[in-house]
Amino acid sequence: MTSALPAAVKATGVDKVFTGSRGEVTALAGVDLEVAAGEFVSLIGPSGCGKSTLLRLIADLETSTGGTLEIFGKSASQARQDQDYGIAFQQAGLLPWRTVRDNIGLPLQLHGQDKRTRAARVDELTALVGLDEFVDHHPDQLSGGMQQRVAIARALASQPRLLLMDEPFGALDEMTREYLQSELTRIAAETQAAVVFVTHSIPEAVFLSDRVVVMSPRPGRITDIIDVSLAGERDEALRESPAYFERVTAVREALHGTHVDRPNER
Amino acid sequence: MTPVEPRALPRWARYVAPIAVGVIGLGLWMLYTSVLGAAPRMLPDPVSILQELIARWDIIWADMLVTGTNALIGLLVGSAVAIALAALAARSRAVDGMAAPLVAALAVVPIVAITPVLNTMFGASSQFGRQAVAGLAAFIPVFVNVLRGLRQTRAVHRDVFRASGATSDQTFRFLTFPTALPYLTTGLRLASSLAVISALVAEYFGGPAEGIGTAIATYAKSGRADLAWAYVAGGIIIGLAFFLVASLLERLASRRSSA
Ligand SMILES: Nc1ncnc2c1ncn2[C@@H]1O[C@H](COP(=O)(O)OP(=O)(O)O)[C@@H](O)[C@H]1O
Ligand SMILES: [Mg+2]
Repeated sequence: MTSALPAAVKATGVDKVFTGSRGEVTALAGVDLEVAAGEFVSLIGPSGCGKSTLLRLIADLETSTGGTLEIFGKSASQARQDQDYGIAFQQAGLLPWRTVRDNIGLPLQLHGQDKRTRAARVDELTALVGLDEFVDHHPDQLSGGMQQRVAIARALASQPRLLLMDEPFGALDEMTREYLQSELTRIAAETQAAVVFVTHSIPEAVFLSDRVVVMSPRPGRITDIIDVSLAGERDEALRESPAYFERVTAVREALHGTHVDRPNER
Repeated sequence: MTPVEPRALPRWARYVAPIAVGVIGLGLWMLYTSVLGAAPRMLPDPVSILQELIARWDIIWADMLVTGTNALIGLLVGSAVAIALAALAARSRAVDGMAAPLVAALAVVPIVAITPVLNTMFGASSQFGRQAVAGLAAFIPVFVNVLRGLRQTRAVHRDVFRASGATSDQTFRFLTFPTALPYLTTGLRLASSLAVISALVAEYFGGPAEGIGTAIATYAKSGRADLAWAYVAGGIIIGLAFFLVASLLERLASRRSSA
């Protein structure tokens, strides 16, 4: 986290209003957020508080209606075209007619890399996510957790400095989820990418993050930012440590302090 | 899209059952014609039809080629036009708005009924009228299915492509087209049967004195029942060949379309 680098994400007074057939929805109002290079930040909050919207604005999948948004000092659109970020969603979103290899290599192929270069990079990535044996499988031959790992590998393909993840483990069982959380902290450390991670789960947010951003709905805004700053490695022992429980409590109180309709919703 | 299994039959039964039905049917047919001798004159027994099919294979094959070629040309041209128009309609609302009512109208026209008009338009010595009928018949299912298929891309896939900075050409090549492929092959399977039927039936409405349909009409009128039925068998062979090839394509294309 060198301060000389431009911030991975710098949002200043960002608004997003959706205009639909049934009037306007203010999904985000006045969001200020800075994510440093290499930092791991989670967005947490009840359904409809605009977590996905904020992530999609950063990804230039939606356009903000107010404020400014910079990704590594560029516009979101420029950052998307430069493939400065990789993205993964709750649904793995793999192409069913492509093998694992060709799914992971898709972003490289779209950017005109030849087959040889792609193959080398895909080999690195499958090793990174532990899927070397499955490169020639098709998605329908993989479990949900394995599909999600392919999606993460694909997001990392063009060596982005920023990884955007929208509840990537939301559809997985608890065991797989905890396993992939540990894997993700390792991958984030290895690639030194900044991560913006959307989740519903307090323990997940605390386990993964340097900072947890707490949001509340109507209109979607940031109500609190909690420094997790747990020292040392994120391993299974951490999940049992008093410091960890203390942060979980802090985030829970921050969530409940704001008005929350259904705090336990996943 | 995936076929629904009507309760799990044991594997062997799935092959044996249709064969058994065929054998029983043939048995009843022979009982009716040869043993009881009660059948009308125009219904010969299956053995004499088969003998006639073998004996006259040369001329039957020549007429099969004529009808089969008409059906194939109609199928290929009709499908190509349908794919091109569907691609345009998927991209442009204006084209979609113009094509939709046209296709709906075309779908309710009994297409073979316009054959006499086409024959008169293009001359009675040309196969063009028949090919045009086959083409029109093939056009509809291909257009409808391809247009639907081009609209089946999933939001999460579109997001992945946009996030990767894909151009619209790349998105079409690597996402929209592969998503639509199983729909295309389903349309082609439906179109292949329609093209054969249309090309054959169109021959009943005049045009050159060649082809399976013309021969069936001629020999039925002159009372040569065995030969007329042998030609019917020839027509069935064409239909089966088209159907099998199209089904194979469909299977290959839909193998990985789920998940
Ligand atoms: N494409 C859209 N059109 C209209 N409203 C939308 C759209 N996407 C999200 N919204 C609305 O914006 C608000 C925030 O949604 P979202 O960002 O998905 O919340 P979260 O991810 O925190 O559950 C919700 O009220 C939702 O209904
Ligand atoms: Mg969401």
